[in-house]
Amino acid sequence: MTTTLAPSQARPAKRPVRLFRHLMSKVALIPMILTALVVFVGGTAWTVVHSFTNSRLLPRLEFIGFDQYERLWSTARWIVSIQNLALYGFLSMILSLVIGFTLAALLDRKIRFEGAFRSIFLCPFALSFVVTGVAWQWILNPDFGLQNLVRGWGWESFAFNPLNDPDTVMFGLLIAGIWQGSGLIMCIMLAGLRGIDEDIWKAARVDGIGTVKTYVRIIIPMMRPVFVTALVLIASGIIKLYDLVVAQTNGGPGISSEVPAKYVIDYMFRAQNLGQGFAASTMMLVSVLIILVPWAYLEFGGKKRG
Amino acid sequence: MTYSVEIRQLDLSFGAVKVLKNLDLDIHEGEFLVLLGSSGCGKSTLLNCIAGLLEVSDGQIFIKGRNVTWAEPSERGIGMVFQSYALYPQMTVRGNLSFGLKNARLPKDEIEKRVARAASILQIEPLLDRKPGALSGGQRQRVAIGRALVRDVDVFLFDEPLSNLDAKLRVDLRVELKRLHNQLQNTMIYVTHDQIEAMTLADRIAVMKGGKIMQLGSPDEIYNRPRNLYVADFIGSPSMNFLHGHLQGGQFKVDDMVMPMTGYEFAAPQVADRPAVIGIRPEHVVTGELVRNAPLQFSVDVDLVEPMGSDTLIYAKLGQHPFRIRMDGQARVRSGEVLAIGIDPSRASLFDQTTEDRL
Amino acid sequence: MADATLHAGPRGPKPKRAFSRANIFIYGTLLLVSIYYLLPLYVMIVTSLKGMPEIRMGNVFGPPMDVTFEPWVKAWSEACTGINCDGLSRGFWNSVNILIPSVILSIGIASVNGYALSNWKFKGSEVFFTILIIGAFIPYQTMLYPIVILLREIGLMGELSGLVLVHTIFGMPILTLLFRNYFASVPEELFKAARVDGAGFWRIYFQIMLPMALPIFVVAIILQVTGIWNDFLFGVIYTKPATYPMTVQLNNIVNSVQGVKEYNVNMAATLLTGLVPLIIYFASGKLFVRGIAAGAVKG
Repeated sequence: MTTTLAPSQARPAKRPVRLFRHLMSKVALIPMILTALVVFVGGTAWTVVHSFTNSRLLPRLEFIGFDQYERLWSTARWIVSIQNLALYGFLSMILSLVIGFTLAALLDRKIRFEGAFRSIFLCPFALSFVVTGVAWQWILNPDFGLQNLVRGWGWESFAFNPLNDPDTVMFGLLIAGIWQGSGLIMCIMLAGLRGIDEDIWKAARVDGIGTVKTYVRIIIPMMRPVFVTALVLIASGIIKLYDLVVAQTNGGPGISSEVPAKYVIDYMFRAQNLGQGFAASTMMLVSVLIILVPWAYLEFGGKKRG
Repeated sequence: MTYSVEIRQLDLSFGAVKVLKNLDLDIHEGEFLVLLGSSGCGKSTLLNCIAGLLEVSDGQIFIKGRNVTWAEPSERGIGMVFQSYALYPQMTVRGNLSFGLKNARLPKDEIEKRVARAASILQIEPLLDRKPGALSGGQRQRVAIGRALVRDVDVFLFDEPLSNLDAKLRVDLRVELKRLHNQLQNTMIYVTHDQIEAMTLADRIAVMKGGKIMQLGSPDEIYNRPRNLYVADFIGSPSMNFLHGHLQGGQFKVDDMVMPMTGYEFAAPQVADRPAVIGIRPEHVVTGELVRNAPLQFSVDVDLVEPMGSDTLIYAKLGQHPFRIRMDGQARVRSGEVLAIGIDPSRASLFDQTTEDRL
Repeated sequence: MADATLHAGPRGPKPKRAFSRANIFIYGTLLLVSIYYLLPLYVMIVTSLKGMPEIRMGNVFGPPMDVTFEPWVKAWSEACTGINCDGLSRGFWNSVNILIPSVILSIGIASVNGYALSNWKFKGSEVFFTILIIGAFIPYQTMLYPIVILLREIGLMGELSGLVLVHTIFGMPILTLLFRNYFASVPEELFKAARVDGAGFWRIYFQIMLPMALPIFVVAIILQVTGIWNDFLFGVIYTKPATYPMTVQLNNIVNSVQGVKEYNVNMAATLLTGLVPLIIYFASGKLFVRGIAAGAVKG
């Protein structure tokens, strides 16, 4: 088996310098690396650091500890903003999921015109929040919109004026928000339903399980990952809630429809109180982390070890 | 004659996982070498290292005496054919064949000449202006081979090139590959998990496991004189029968059966007594008239009969041990019968039970 | 239900008859819900075609008795936003001037990112990518002011090109993810074959990968066009009145406190602003769904 041949001189070739391996790839990724490090990491860190300063018109590095946070949590507008966001967030999660899933399930019943219905439900998603807000502001206008219409039918005492009532203004926003965003959830749910093995339906039918029961007991539990995706999506949309409020109510009446994102931007760019804006945005970051870290841990952390 | 490819103490790790371990391999000029092993044995990894598509952790690779350990794939004088063909979908066959040559900035007429030559060798001239999507699997693989051919290289690398084809086409292309090798006389390194491909194509086979070469030898050596239990078990279908017993004074004993190993070529002149394993290929067991002439005779209880057309596979019990026998397709045996069999110890293999090496 | 034939599409059991109770319930519900989704569009359209006197008479839902395109003309070229009274046309062209370079730049960079990340990995490349993706979940508010400083330093604050840069930066995570996943699904052997054929980083990108990735480019374009056109937050912060994009201008027109509210002009302006994404939506059909499904991961 072993033929005697002179092996090539084992002159070791020099290992190239690590830095220059795939050099072009590294060069091409410079914009991404800069974005990740300078803007995302650097920018976030900068804001967090400056939230401990008394920056007003211009950022200054005069540290005042947690003063900005104390002020923040004793400001009525911030408290209202948080409460509004909690209310809006809770309701919009429930409603988006319920509406999205129900519509998807209805569309999945082998109906005619499925494409047309889907186009209708998804259509608002193509529109911006500003357009959405402005449109619903008009429909909910008490003098010309829905309220006026119903009164015109003869129900003189009918009252539906959410945008001018501090107690119900968030529901006015919710109607518009759901209108804009639920089509997307429907789409995701529909994709999830289509991903379920047809044999499941056959098996359920053979076992004599009713349609609704099949959905509740079998299909929905199988769609857990889809629901998680939808929830993450809705949640990340909620925290950003800003455009819609500005366009539809501009925080009013009074401060009754203020939200955290608007608080941040108003303090940073209008009230010239940067420190407050930084503190408020840091609070937003913290709340995102509180939601995101356990989720990321559950979704990805487990897999790596397994 | 010189070596075409030399691999010296090659190491490759992905993180903490060592995929190739201190591997040495010399491949002769014009040789058809097959790297054979089950998935995850490191055979494709080794091929990718030779091609320069994976960065080795340690060791050296020489091609035609030139150290190419850190050279770019295109600078190594290799052509490669992939399992999935890897044809550029948006280019015509001609474009696929000439892409590498254009990158090497060859003159136009030279490119045309080489493409025409490769196309004629592989008989794909009528396909030159088609896109890969319009070709059948066999045609695509031909184009993929053509892409290596036009490069006019010293070494061809094949990474399971026939695995994506259906069974019949695979046999056809296998024959064609062998013919191509006879015609071109290039060095070819061929990765496969299919032992039939390995046996039929190879000048030498390297059976790999866990990033190491278990045995390097001609197909005949690999089949008849497997160097260890792994190779013995891996090669052959249905696989070898193994009986665990003791080697005592030149006799193999299992339960109350005694098999004198007369005629068996031991690897060493003196083999001490020890726990051992005997391996007997199902096709080396004789039945019927031939039993009388066999050095060792036993009887087995037939458990199950699988007629497979050309042969019949018998699942039987030799004493307490399951035992497979391959008979010809005409054999008329029923389950429950007692069957007389004959074994020739000179065709069997003996292994040490602890080291698993051939005795 | 035994005779239900199962098609490849919908998975639910097939309703029995055309007018079964289940069917009436399903179609009834869908039609009712459709009204909710279509109503605002309908109201916007009819309002924009009415004159102010007709609007004051009430009934937003009634079709226009006297169709007029006056509000559309006014919204486009005369409506006042603060100091300027040249309508939405200015914002429209600003948006176009923001949109085109943003889309090209963001997709160009992100596609190269995705390609490099899936085919030319190097030590640390995954780390940077992970940071980028985590960055997508950080509320924009924490990065707004540092970017103001950044833009001021390089002299692009308030300029259209500054906003282009911002869109490129914030579009990067999702687009990079999109392209990385796509290029990761391209058989690795194709890339290896090209390397054996002597092609380098850019040649493989332009000659092998780019032509294969056209569908994903379309998805990315849909995603970016609607996203950038609909942006309000970055527009309002990083531009000045002369460079306001259309959404910001729309908000200023509709929500300006001075003057008489011209609802018909407002609605025409709203429709004009929504027109570009709506056209994209109806023209792209299924690809739009793929686009937003991809963008759905966007933070």
